[in-house]
Amino acid sequence: MSLARDLLAGARDFLARAGALSRFFGRLLLLVPGGLLRPRLIVDQVYNAGALSLAIIMTSGLFVGMVMGLQGHDLLSRIGSEESLGTGAALTLLKELGPVVTALLFAGRAGTALASEIGLMRATDQLSAMEIMAVDPMRRVVLPRFLGGVISMPLLTGIFVAISIYGVQLIGVQYFGIDQGQFWSEMRSTVEIEDVREGLIKGFVFGVACSLIAVFEGYNAEPTAEGVGRATTRTVVVSAVATLVLDYIVTAILL
Amino acid sequence: MSIEPNPSSGGKPGAGGEYIAALRGVHYAVDEKRVFAGLDIGIRRGEVTAIMGPSGTGKTTLLRLITGQIQADSGEVVVDGQDVARLGRADLYALRRRMGMLFQNGALLTDIDVFENVAFPLREHARLPERLVNAIVLTKLHAVGLRGAAHLMPQQLSGGMARRVALARAIVMDPEILIYDEPFAGLDPISMGVVMRLIRSLNDALGISSIVVTHDVQEVSQIADSSYILSEGRVMASGTPRELQSHPSPIVHQFLEGLADGPVPFHYPAPDYREQLLGPGGGAG
Repeated sequence: MSLARDLLAGARDFLARAGALSRFFGRLLLLVPGGLLRPRLIVDQVYNAGALSLAIIMTSGLFVGMVMGLQGHDLLSRIGSEESLGTGAALTLLKELGPVVTALLFAGRAGTALASEIGLMRATDQLSAMEIMAVDPMRRVVLPRFLGGVISMPLLTGIFVAISIYGVQLIGVQYFGIDQGQFWSEMRSTVEIEDVREGLIKGFVFGVACSLIAVFEGYNAEPTAEGVGRATTRTVVVSAVATLVLDYIVTAILL
Repeated sequence: MSIEPNPSSGGKPGAGGEYIAALRGVHYAVDEKRVFAGLDIGIRRGEVTAIMGPSGTGKTTLLRLITGQIQADSGEVVVDGQDVARLGRADLYALRRRMGMLFQNGALLTDIDVFENVAFPLREHARLPERLVNAIVLTKLHAVGLRGAAHLMPQQLSGGMARRVALARAIVMDPEILIYDEPFAGLDPISMGVVMRLIRSLNDALGISSIVVTHDVQEVSQIADSSYILSEGRVMASGTPRELQSHPSPIVHQFLEGLADGPVPFHYPAPDYREQLLGPGGGAG
């Protein structure tokens, strides 16, 4: 009985939160046209969410690519198709691994930074001060950060994929000695523009989801140290789950 | 001795009248807990009005009602002739542009320096040439004695300095009402004296109306024209600081004298002390 009651309460909380998130998203969308009139604020946030995430994205991309090179070569050599390493890795990275891993890294680096920054602004009355100064914090603080994240994610996805493919090439061509010309030409002949488009669409969708969750959690954080900590944790957890769920949905739609 | 809000102060925006802000019969509760039960307060134009009372009496809630951050369950909150609860977002923001507020912790934006903090409302609301912004900001910083700190980041300021910067920001749009939330809390005696003199001199020099929420009785009594003491959701006493000193109410006396026990008990309601320590029937025999 108590378990059923807990489940019911949990479901009610989930629905209430989903409803609040939807309203928050709707309000943000209404503010977008006005927000675009102040590009300087958005550029600053592209730097904060995007440029400052470059190091972790590039390092992770390189190692993901090198691991794919090792595993891919091991798998393909069993069926005598080592020369297909480039094609297989590029398709996997473009369509799946690139957007998903980038989104998870983005949520861990930029998402937590966004949530904790906005949460701390709430806890230290900075958002209230803006409201008293007749400045809408949604317009001045939340929207530029949201748009900065949405713009950054597809760019980071592209960089991640490019660096990963370089990592695959390092292992496949430089280490295992696959023919360089065959590695690239087979990749070019097999990978189509739709594959690139799929990766960018996923990057954009995950960017919207992860940025939205981060600014929502930060904006609605309880104004205490514990509240900000909880918002930051929720940002990572919810973003990760949302990314994986959305990945399935987008893949099912695009295939 | 009590100050009744002037009913004639309602009406058209910007309407004149004796009171710049008035609360009439305001009721407000949070989660069934009553904060105000029929609160009546009038803030006279051009005066420094102190709102005092023990912790937890809703002083900050009162400020949030006046600034329209929250709405009363019933009753009226009228600021410069406008019923705050009836204002739409645009009108509320227009009203807030004529207010300045000093938060207890300053609430400076931590990612920009002192100069940009003070310039923030100007940049958001007025398209002014950079030279003019520079002149206005430096003038306001000079008024609070911190022109030389314009390049510092908020993290580099002491508590008193942060509050003075916040004060410069609060007056940068030349407001008609300045609201102070616990302006003396946590300040050393020198900073407290500086902030105290600033509140009075800014009020007189700029011809504005000031609302000071505090429980620093001695300090605020030196600068306030009139004071309200809140308790149990209502105005317990009101008048000039001198009038309050001779108020017959024991709770007013306890508050002004800073006595630990009295009508406001020192102990939060609790079960019997002996019984809680020794258990039911403990210690008998």
